[in-house]
Amino acid sequence: MRHIISVLMENEPGALSRVVGLFSQRNYNIDSLTVAPTEDQSLSRLTVTTSGDDARIEQITKHLNKIIDVVKLVDLTEGAHIERELMLIKVKAAGAQRAEVKRSVDIFRGQIVDVTSNVFTIQLTGTGDKLDAFITALGDNVVLEVARSGVSGISRGEKTLAL
Amino acid sequence: MDQLSGGEMLIRALHDEGVDIVFGYPGGAVLHIYDAIFNQDKVEHILVRHEQAATHAADGYARSTGKPGVVLVTSGPGATNAVTGIATAYMDSIPMIVISGQVESRMIGTDGFQETDMVGISRPIVKHSFMVQEVKDIPHIIKKAFHIATTGRPGPVVIDIPKDATDPKQKEKYEYPKDLKLRSYAVPDKGHTGQIKKAVDALLLAKRPMIYSGGGAIQDNASEQLINFTQKLGFPITNTLMGLGAYPASNNQFLGMLGMHGTYEANMAMHHCDVLLCVGARFDDRVTNSDTSKFCPDATILHIDIDPASISKTVTADVPIVGAVAAVLEEMNDQIDKSDKEVDKQALKVWWDQIEKWREKDSLKVRPSDNGIIMPQEVVKAVFEITEGDAYVSSDVGQHQMFAAQYYGFDKPRRWINSGGLGTMGFGFPAAMGVQFAFPEAVSVCITGEGSFLMNQQEFATCMQYQLPIKIICLNNQALGMVKQWQDMQYGGRYSHSTYAESLPDFSKLAEAYGHVGIKIEKSDELYPKLEEAFALKDKLVFVDVQVDPNEHVYPMAVKGGAMKDMFLSKTERT
Repeated sequence: MRHIISVLMENEPGALSRVVGLFSQRNYNIDSLTVAPTEDQSLSRLTVTTSGDDARIEQITKHLNKIIDVVKLVDLTEGAHIERELMLIKVKAAGAQRAEVKRSVDIFRGQIVDVTSNVFTIQLTGTGDKLDAFITALGDNVVLEVARSGVSGISRGEKTLAL
Repeated sequence: MDQLSGGEMLIRALHDEGVDIVFGYPGGAVLHIYDAIFNQDKVEHILVRHEQAATHAADGYARSTGKPGVVLVTSGPGATNAVTGIATAYMDSIPMIVISGQVESRMIGTDGFQETDMVGISRPIVKHSFMVQEVKDIPHIIKKAFHIATTGRPGPVVIDIPKDATDPKQKEKYEYPKDLKLRSYAVPDKGHTGQIKKAVDALLLAKRPMIYSGGGAIQDNASEQLINFTQKLGFPITNTLMGLGAYPASNNQFLGMLGMHGTYEANMAMHHCDVLLCVGARFDDRVTNSDTSKFCPDATILHIDIDPASISKTVTADVPIVGAVAAVLEEMNDQIDKSDKEVDKQALKVWWDQIEKWREKDSLKVRPSDNGIIMPQEVVKAVFEITEGDAYVSSDVGQHQMFAAQYYGFDKPRRWINSGGLGTMGFGFPAAMGVQFAFPEAVSVCITGEGSFLMNQQEFATCMQYQLPIKIICLNNQALGMVKQWQDMQYGGRYSHSTYAESLPDFSKLAEAYGHVGIKIEKSDELYPKLEEAFALKDKLVFVDVQVDPNEHVYPMAVKGGAMKDMFLSKTERT
């Protein structure tokens, strides 16, 4: 099963490599990874999507917790949560195609953030599934380049991952 | 407040941390630190002959004393040579601090001379690591490093120091921190009372209980609590390879070591028990025999461990207890005293009758030899008798290691010094040096094989320099015995690269070349007198080259893919 684990860790050199290294060292897989500092500059928040049965996910969270730089973590998929991924996508848009692409962007509530005579660059946020669906909707031979951020997430309601 | 250079701070901080001995080897990136060592007399530095030996010596020191071992190596090859020793300590949860030099900060990343990414290379085999960025951080880093290495589940910590951070020209205020705050590191102490109660209830209801204790009981100095607990309940107990000595081998409740080369009675009792209490062990594949679905099929499993990640990693625990072994056992003892329930004495008697029947099999009986050929087991037994079971025994890895574990009955913790997890050949001799430095008056024996010994023989020189009277007992079977045993049992006796009899050195002469004493034993009637002669040379290193039966196997031996009850008992008999 797919899990989204958010980790608060010390914003220090080497911390990220310890987390990523753990996954390769113990043969856990990483489907996506995002990391950036939080409002507290001493902390980074890392979100990793991984998969495995309950026993494996339990081992992953336990081993993450053992890393000295890891301050706190939560498996967001254990409760109600919001997940988002940002995609920047460059597509062919010339002639009649331009209107067609624009319609798809509107349907998916994306934004065209850069335009040339032949190319649109589109920004789209949503779950991974939505981003996949958008790429499928564009059809073949349209997509020139895709940059996806990986999943970030936060739990619903009053629960927080903070110190 | 003193103004000190980084190099001086480092040594001062080690002293403030209570360190009196460091094992190391100098080189370019640590020359400032070595100069700081030269100018003081509080911290003694031991010059080894290879960085791997420095780590194993520090490890032997740590295992025998319970205090962290400290290592100092230079950058590049100095650091990479230390890696095997760090991994050895990591696998067995040994507290160790490894200080490695690094090229100057401005050179990092330029592929400078003797540059290697030590923090990166060591990352999977350390509990934590630090790269010193500024001189003023050194005292804090040392404080944190020792705290992390020695608390919770102990382990090695690497501190990588760029050369410019130890420059004598740059001095900073030195103050050793008294307190430490680490918001991301908490150590469990006592176990959860409710969980402990569940475990105690299960134990008191048990008909066929079994206690299986490991290295955690040694690490936490929980021997006394373990003995009280076991004797209060009258239950049978086995120790893992890492846990030998935590419960006295001479006591009747002790069934011997368990696992791949465990005794028949220990493995049978494990397989048939209905409640298993695991005390600071980790259900390693050398215990469970890899297919965990066949492991203790009828047992409710109670697991005490300080590391939550060890619980339900390979075998699911029915009652997990996260906590320090000594504190948990103490609370268990209290709860048993206060409980209105009692041990089922009748069921326990039936269980012990069964165990005694298994014991009668005498699975460690030594096969009589022909023509005066020495059996390796006899050598360990002789060493046990001559040292009155009171030596510190280090070993390497292979058949001799198993014979030492099986036949030297350890009655005290921290006497058995061996690389259990990583299985590092070449560990024993330098580890015996660490033990001898920690206990100059004690008998430090290294039971080794000729294959393992050759991996760190250069330490003969260190032993001469520091006059270490180690007794090396080499069970020389002229082959990589354990490899050969597996080739006999699983590869049709095809000895692929496991024999080298024609190229072995004359070990006695080798020892003598370094100024030590060498003794060769070839016939069984020479065994006792010559061993006694060796141990009588109290202030000399003696290398005893014992020619043993080259065809002997270690038994019992677990049947691959079987349950714990499935064992070979000899070349011709299996359960």
